Amino acid sequence: MSNIESAKTARRLAPRRVFGYSPRRIVGQAMIHIPLLVCAVLMIFPLLWMLSTSLKHPGKQLIFPPQLIPEPVYWDNYVELFNRAPMGLYLLNSTKIAVLSTLGICLSSSLAAFAFARMRFRGSQVLFGILLATMMLPGAVKIIPMFIIMRSLGWIDSHAALIVPSFFGSAFTVFLLRQFFATIPQDVVDSATIDGAGFFRIYWAIFLPLGMPALATVAILNFLGSWNDLFGPLIYLNSLDKMTVPIGLSFLRGRAGSGAGATGIVMAGSLLGVIPMLILYAMGQKYFIQGLARTGLKG
Amino acid sequence: MAWLFVTPVVLGMLIFSVYPTVYSFYISLTRWDLVTEPRFVGADNFVSLFTSDRTFPKALSNTAYFALGASLPGLALALLFAILLNQKIRGRYIYRAIYFIPVIASTVAVALLWTWIYQPQFGIINFVLKSVGMRNPPRWLASIDWAMPAIIIMTIWQGLGYDIVIFLAGLQNISTAYYEAASIDGANGLQQFRHITLPLLSPVIFFAVVMSGIWGFQAFAASYLMTGGGPANATMTMILFLFNQAFRFHHMGLASAVAYCIFVIVIVLTILNFRLQKYWVFYEEGS
Repeated sequence: MSNIESAKTARRLAPRRVFGYSPRRIVGQAMIHIPLLVCAVLMIFPLLWMLSTSLKHPGKQLIFPPQLIPEPVYWDNYVELFNRAPMGLYLLNSTKIAVLSTLGICLSSSLAAFAFARMRFRGSQVLFGILLATMMLPGAVKIIPMFIIMRSLGWIDSHAALIVPSFFGSAFTVFLLRQFFATIPQDVVDSATIDGAGFFRIYWAIFLPLGMPALATVAILNFLGSWNDLFGPLIYLNSLDKMTVPIGLSFLRGRAGSGAGATGIVMAGSLLGVIPMLILYAMGQKYFIQGLARTGLKG
Repeated sequence: MAWLFVTPVVLGMLIFSVYPTVYSFYISLTRWDLVTEPRFVGADNFVSLFTSDRTFPKALSNTAYFALGASLPGLALALLFAILLNQKIRGRYIYRAIYFIPVIASTVAVALLWTWIYQPQFGIINFVLKSVGMRNPPRWLASIDWAMPAIIIMTIWQGLGYDIVIFLAGLQNISTAYYEAASIDGANGLQQFRHITLPLLSPVIFFAVVMSGIWGFQAFAASYLMTGGGPANATMTMILFLFNQAFRFHHMGLASAVAYCIFVIVIVLTILNFRLQKYWVFYEEGS
């Protein structure tokens, strides 16, 4: 009883509440939300500006003050984009390369990860250690030798240069998957062995399905890396019809120039290059954030 | 049997990692234009990089400028926002999702977009600066002094969400008991930050600084796409220099020497990081 009474008194004496919150709490919340909101606007605005510019008539891009919302909405930049560059082909090439190299990396790396996690073989610890050490080698030293390797294989200006190495795995993916596979209980393996399953069957029918969360993470990471890769396509690909979205865009910019008409077209192309990743991100946000945070890969 | 499982990866490691690293060192000791046979010249390439070459020292200092300039302010901002996001507030996951969007955008799209944003006459930034009364706003990418800061600002914008997520993971590892005890003892927010958050987060902060440094030393795309390394080499980075030497001028030996300079810098940073990695726990989330 007295508790309720004192609570009532306290409420009467307290400063007036708004929507059930005390002023102190509202100020405190505002001090947190205002910077967060400002930051969110700064993060999102450039991308909206990309959208806005891509829908603006060339004449409207250079007026002062700039229009935030295009008036009228001008779709011709997108039409012109497909006229000037084989954008559809770029998207197709990027998709093909990203899908195949992601498949390759997941397949080869998960095999090795399974062996390192669950099979005993001579030298496995040493081998795994060496594999981890190669993760530290910066990409810079590999650029020129890789170009020379691809040249001697006759894979310059071919998608093979960007796809085939993936089928030989990546140390990093092996590492992540091994850590995940190591958490799968040994009982599962033992009972499958008693039922007569061999290692390959255990890998294929048990570890791959159980490892789906980890596989999804590494798949998304590799897909993103491949989709956004500039350097590889830049040194290996020459012909227009072989190009991927990033390098195609940089060529489009080069050929379209920086004149008034070009900006809208370049922004339209950039947006089309980002949208597939945005859709993927919207579907599997968790995997993107966990994956990237865990791997220490940026940009 | 196990070897069947690991063969592809072991082959890949040997062909695409170990061999290139060794081969690269050999090339760095030669003069080679890809047409004629490589000619062994010893350490000549390294000597000429640091003595006769005009651009390389500039590229080295630019890259250090970029690595420091993009990492330290970016990480400070990220820490601030991670702390704000670590409070009990509504919509923290929405904020986090929004901040992360630039991370997944391709550097090419981002670079093309920001080239337009930085456009001196019609770009949106200079419009804002002029409308708040600045008479002569910087010419950004066209200015020797402002081109690198412009690239740094863009890089921070793109990477902020990533660093926030790293710091958030670190902050969530700090037990709330510390803060409760401190507030009972009457410590205010700033004191709690200074005496609890900073020390307990310091391994993560150090990790983030070193990793940002490693990325910074491998910067390429922004300079290549936005300025071509100009004006007057103001944004020339080591990788862009390497790229030009190798794929425009076919100076494979000199370019490989540059690669090895980057290699040494990155390895030093990596070892530094590796020694501190025992503080960095990767497996906390999700489980």
